[in-house]
Amino acid sequence: MPPISSKTEKPKDAKKTVRRLTAYLLRYRYALLLALLLSVGGNLLALVGPKLSGSAINAIQGPGNVAFDRVFHYVRLMIVFYIASSLMNYLLSILMMKIGRTIARNMRNDVFDKLMKLPVGYFDRNQTGDIISRVSYDIDVINGSLSTDVVQLFSSLITVVGAFIMMLVVCPPLVLAACITIPISVFYTRHMTRRTRPMFARRSACYGKLNGFAEEMFSGQRTLQAYVHEARSVRDFDRINDEACEAFYNTEYYGTMIGPSVNFINNLSLSLVAILGSIFYMYRIVTLGDISSFVLYSRKFSGPINEVANIFHEFLSALAAAERVFRLLDEPEEAPDKENALPLTETRGDVELRDISFGYSAEKIILRGVNLRADAGKLIAIVGPTGAGKTTIINLLMRFYDPQSGQVLVDGTDHLDYTRSSLRHAYAMVLQDTWLFHGTVYDNIAYGRENATREEVVAAAKAARIHKYIMCLPKGYDTIITEDGSNISKGQKQLLTIARAMLYRSRMLILDEATSNVDTQTERQIQKAMRTLMQGKTCFVIAHRLSTIRHADQILVIDGGTIAEQGTHEELLAKKGIYYTMYQSQFQ
Amino acid sequence: MRYIGRYMKQFRWRVAGGVTIKFAGAVLELLIPYILEYMIDGVVPKERLSLIVLWGALMIGTALLVMLLNIYANRIAASVARDSIRDLRHDLFEKTIYLTGTRFDEVTLPSLISRMTSDTYVVQTFIGMIQRMGVRAPIMLVGGILVSSLLDPYLALLLLCMVPVLAGIILFVSRKGIPLFYRVQEQLDRLTRILRENITGVRVVKALSKSDYETRRYRERNEALTRADLKAGVTMALPNPVLNLFLNLGLSLVVLMGAYRVDRGVMQPGVILAFLTYFNMILQAVMGINRIFMQYTKAGASAGRIGAILDLSADELAPADAAQYPPIATSDYITFDRVSFRYPVPDSLSGETAADREDCVSNISFSLKAGESLGIIGATGSGKSTLIHLLMRFYDVTEGAIYVNGTDVRTLSLSELRGQMGVVFQNDTIFADTLAENISFGKELTPEQLQTAADHAGIGSFIRGLPEGFSYQAAKAGANLSGGQKQRVLIARALAKQPSLLILDDASSALDYRTDAKLRSTLRKEYPALTTITIAQRVSSVKDMSRILVLEGGECIGYGTHDELLQGCPVYREIYESQMGGG
Repeated sequence: MPPISSKTEKPKDAKKTVRRLTAYLLRYRYALLLALLLSVGGNLLALVGPKLSGSAINAIQGPGNVAFDRVFHYVRLMIVFYIASSLMNYLLSILMMKIGRTIARNMRNDVFDKLMKLPVGYFDRNQTGDIISRVSYDIDVINGSLSTDVVQLFSSLITVVGAFIMMLVVCPPLVLAACITIPISVFYTRHMTRRTRPMFARRSACYGKLNGFAEEMFSGQRTLQAYVHEARSVRDFDRINDEACEAFYNTEYYGTMIGPSVNFINNLSLSLVAILGSIFYMYRIVTLGDISSFVLYSRKFSGPINEVANIFHEFLSALAAAERVFRLLDEPEEAPDKENALPLTETRGDVELRDISFGYSAEKIILRGVNLRADAGKLIAIVGPTGAGKTTIINLLMRFYDPQSGQVLVDGTDHLDYTRSSLRHAYAMVLQDTWLFHGTVYDNIAYGRENATREEVVAAAKAARIHKYIMCLPKGYDTIITEDGSNISKGQKQLLTIARAMLYRSRMLILDEATSNVDTQTERQIQKAMRTLMQGKTCFVIAHRLSTIRHADQILVIDGGTIAEQGTHEELLAKKGIYYTMYQSQFQ
Repeated sequence: MRYIGRYMKQFRWRVAGGVTIKFAGAVLELLIPYILEYMIDGVVPKERLSLIVLWGALMIGTALLVMLLNIYANRIAASVARDSIRDLRHDLFEKTIYLTGTRFDEVTLPSLISRMTSDTYVVQTFIGMIQRMGVRAPIMLVGGILVSSLLDPYLALLLLCMVPVLAGIILFVSRKGIPLFYRVQEQLDRLTRILRENITGVRVVKALSKSDYETRRYRERNEALTRADLKAGVTMALPNPVLNLFLNLGLSLVVLMGAYRVDRGVMQPGVILAFLTYFNMILQAVMGINRIFMQYTKAGASAGRIGAILDLSADELAPADAAQYPPIATSDYITFDRVSFRYPVPDSLSGETAADREDCVSNISFSLKAGESLGIIGATGSGKSTLIHLLMRFYDVTEGAIYVNGTDVRTLSLSELRGQMGVVFQNDTIFADTLAENISFGKELTPEQLQTAADHAGIGSFIRGLPEGFSYQAAKAGANLSGGQKQRVLIARALAKQPSLLILDDASSALDYRTDAKLRSTLRKEYPALTTITIAQRVSSVKDMSRILVLEGGECIGYGTHDELLQGCPVYREIYESQMGGG
């Protein structure tokens, strides 16, 4: 387990977050009411215990002077009360756990539903790990806080107030002892949390740095060795390690004071009760039973006071976590389809971009007045250096993003007039980062079309030239592809996504030809499969091969995010521009 | 566990001191209820106020002393934890950094990282805790029972009866509860996986309108997670109320039994009071032991994982005796003489089956004069990178030999061997540091040298265009640089080392043709004496090399110039044609 961050993040708008969190809680208002009753009941019953034991002890006066009937009576009551109280406490913690877990489950569902409705841009802007930590970490923090902290806080409160009242009831003079220890306890707790909190924050920062450094150095271990850099990195590590160890020690130096100190306050109150009790006992102001009740009540104090500080701290963290979750839930969703949007069922495959202007942010327009016609069956090649923005056009065609102005027409109709899902279905898509999920080979191919028959899946695999390979896998089509896809090579993954696209039955195709890190034989297979896939479709290809580029009906040369040149192979060569130099450099 | 012992050993006197202090504190603390009993039963009947105050002061004094001793002992414990873990981390880090390629592969990177980060953390927590609680809790338990039996053996018997019950609960929960928590973690991992798949594949999911399907899949997992979580929670919520219940039942019985004992005149009433306090101490001790128990299981596993690394045999790749690997007479710079390599069968560490391994490369021979260039081309898994790793001695050859200037690489010190090579590996690492540091990488460079290296790698003008210039802070793994920029920074690093041999392993794959071509012509012009080995997927990257080696399945299927290979090597010709537009 990584070091737990003890930095309290302050929620920005605590009031609003509490309100929304309460809304989640209030869905279970009856369960909460029950919890409240259990909590009050359990704690009050427990509080009666010391009083009962005091009464029992009062019945024990000395040798031969024991009122057994009263002793029996009180002890019996004690046992009943304690059992009832423990039972109620257990039921309470289970009930609260149920409420907390159910809320956490609902929140996780809400987050996922939201993610499904967010535009692609959100995922481009935010890191995967960040989004995942909303679900795996933040919601967990909220859950922990809801299911334990709320109850703890409440029962601590009841215990402290209840014990104080009981002490007053049992014997007001002895309350003097509590009057000394309670302020000490409160003051000390506040002082220590203030003092140690920045230390804990520093400590987790140091550990974060240490872990980050080790991870980085281990990842680059071979490079370090190649550059004979090992000793230096060990030196750097020692420095960071020293820092982390000092931060650890400083925190522990004060942190480990708390245990013995709380214990001291307990013993101090015991001593004060002993002194005052003995004096009053001497003067027959109090009975032995009163003292015993007091000893037990005063023990109940310092613990809860110390706990309240911790709970408050945890509660703030939970609010900050809740705020992050709510922020995600408040993200603007993908605009809904037009009201009278039609499903796009049969397509010819005519695509046209008319006077498109687009930028990922409105301030930075990267495409200006782009026009492009791709009639059914034509091939559009998109070329340009890595990172130049070749996927922008694809983002627009698939409506992952919408242009600031201009229109995309499919079969002569603005594609905004179609429902989004039917429009996207009209394209088959094979991207460079092959996306497979944890599941069987079969499921991964069939993902392209629900209700595809086994024959169709096999036919698609055959068309993608991966069928033979699949049959060589230990379980054929039922082989599980693991999360990182480590049991299947990159080239085979690409063939699987091609097979998936074969099932689409669409008239338009979006294809990224890149096959880096693939061996030549597989590459040839992939190429052949891609050619098969392209047959009879309107194709938008991010082209890496001269054969594709040369035969394209239109070539878009993308450079620096914008379309630098546009035309056929011959036209572009004649222009002697960027395309010309790119083309030439391959033959130098 | 013995590793923890090994690292604490050098601080044994400090540990002994701390433990003694802790012991004293615990014994003193046991006296407090005893004093209470004496005050009620012994002092009160004397009816002297001053005596009561005196004994009360003694009680407070004892409590104060207990606190001071405990705090002091805790600080000693913290300092021991700090120092032993510092050494442990240092050793583990050093060991890992110097680990040979074979070992590194066996343990795998994620596992090494988690050993370094979470395992050392668990051990550190444990070292601190065992010194604090490990002494206190047992003493409070045993001492509490002993002292209370002095007060009244019959009542103490009641305490003793509670112990097995409490131990049973602890055992039950740790046996039952801990596996349940692992189940929860498993379910959470599965849920996270679906989430991750949906985030990384958002385009595909949207393109195919699979949102509903994915939501169903997610909900199912979410339900399973919630169920597992509840099950674990219900079990783990058990010990607290149950321990409390038994404590309180014990209290009730003490009162009842006390009544009989007092009635018969064998016990003073004040003893009951003392017993109530001892009961509390013992409960705390049991809960402490419960925590130690849980921590111990975790720390033992962590310490075992750390120890497995520290125990790996060291210095496997120390320079061997020249008599064993005699030099050869040659004027060539690099010589591969019938080199074969197969990965050794991993030992028990990874749990992989000890199946017979096949050769990664077999019977490879070539030689390279100073200033010449070699291109290596072939499919993934054909053994291209392995040749580089063997040359740099990350692994030792299984058969044959590799010579640098006629000397067997096994007889050279690693720094001597690797010091003359500048290398860019496939997917090489950019460190979270300034670009200047990333390029100079420990070598003292003048600003001019830095500029030149960057310029020759074709990244100079980009860096100067940044507002921070060479002080630009690269993110971890170079996340704030594009693929092409990263590769050029890495090439600059290799050039800045002023090597006599430059090795580029798929180092220009993210560069477009134009930039790649320019880089090659710059290298030829600016470093005419430099020997280069280039591994590439593209024919255009290697076709001008003095020699090209074509690998397939670890074997050499072609060796010669571009023109020779076009004539004599069908595989090479096919690659060339498919890339140049024939396919």
